[in-house]
Amino acid sequence: MERIKTGDGGIILTSSEDLMNWARLSSLWPMGFGIACCAIEMMATYASHYDLERFGIFPRPSPRQSDVMIVAGTVTFKMADRLRRLYEQMPEPRYVISMGSCSNCGGPYWEHGYHVVKGVDRIVPVDVYVPGCPPRPEALIGGFMKLQDKIRKEHPLAPKMLLEMEAEAQANEVPFSSETHNTDKVVA
Amino acid sequence: MNFSEIKEALTAKFGEVIIVNSVDNAPQPYLIVSTERLADIGSFLHRDERLFFDHLACVTGIDNGAETGTMEVVYNFYSIPYGHGLMLKVLLVRNKEDEPLPAVPTLSHIWRTADWHEREVFDLVGIHFEGHADLRRILLPADWEGHPLRRDYTVQEVYHGIRVRYEDRDVPTSDDV
Repeated sequence: MERIKTGDGGIILTSSEDLMNWARLSSLWPMGFGIACCAIEMMATYASHYDLERFGIFPRPSPRQSDVMIVAGTVTFKMADRLRRLYEQMPEPRYVISMGSCSNCGGPYWEHGYHVVKGVDRIVPVDVYVPGCPPRPEALIGGFMKLQDKIRKEHPLAPKMLLEMEAEAQANEVPFSSETHNTDKVVA
Repeated sequence: MNFSEIKEALTAKFGEVIIVNSVDNAPQPYLIVSTERLADIGSFLHRDERLFFDHLACVTGIDNGAETGTMEVVYNFYSIPYGHGLMLKVLLVRNKEDEPLPAVPTLSHIWRTADWHEREVFDLVGIHFEGHADLRRILLPADWEGHPLRRDYTVQEVYHGIRVRYEDRDVPTSDDV
């Protein structure tokens, strides 16, 4: 007898990894932090016209509660140490969106701006670069969606060390076993 | 009071010797005065009832380069009740490498605005203000090297392990080395 799919069953089948990724990407909490004029566009993106909250994106007042840092503006060398410290205070997994030309590569200060860090990726690892000077709110939302794509494809639950060891064994064309990973033998 | 009247008041008080040069027919006339007497001139400009320059609008530092061998500090005074202004300059001998920075007496004890203005000139142009209570860098980090608005300024290679120049993008930082 054929059963009709009504959707009333209340059961969804998924992998725990997909579920966890979906939960993480649907509730990205950026650190409330802006450095220059890009921050004005960032604030506009949070506000009623663009409403980032519909993506679950909601600024937090502390790096310790944040998932994402939006580097919205010109990073000076004086700011560099502070920015690095804020990044270090964020719990993992943490992401960085570099917003605008200044933070991507130094922007208009690339040649004569002795005081500007020529790209925030010289200080912290960047996940998404949003071009523009400053980028429009749509572009920042686009950047967030790229970041969501990235999180969707992550494997936070994968046993990383084991996978790395397997990959290494495959690369060396030796069957994976505990014996082959005896370091003395590898050196010999 | 106009420019020549202010100049007369100054020479009457201090004598001709304090005026090194006077440029009267420029769009904005100015006096170059002797550096040693600057603080005295300042307090006279501030206290004299005919002049009453209660507002120091701007302090500017200029580097004329190693070939010319001079530096300048420019002061723009304004009297709010009288509505008259005055531009003063001091000329300095530019220091060579290994020599101490050229020095000017501070005006920060007369006009509070001079405090931060002089710190900015010190930070970016490299002029020492004698008697300034708190002469630290104001814009750049405290451990920055050099004074960026000098004509012969070359930026440092690395700051706190970060490569400074754009071209050095793919060069490993000092942390990696």
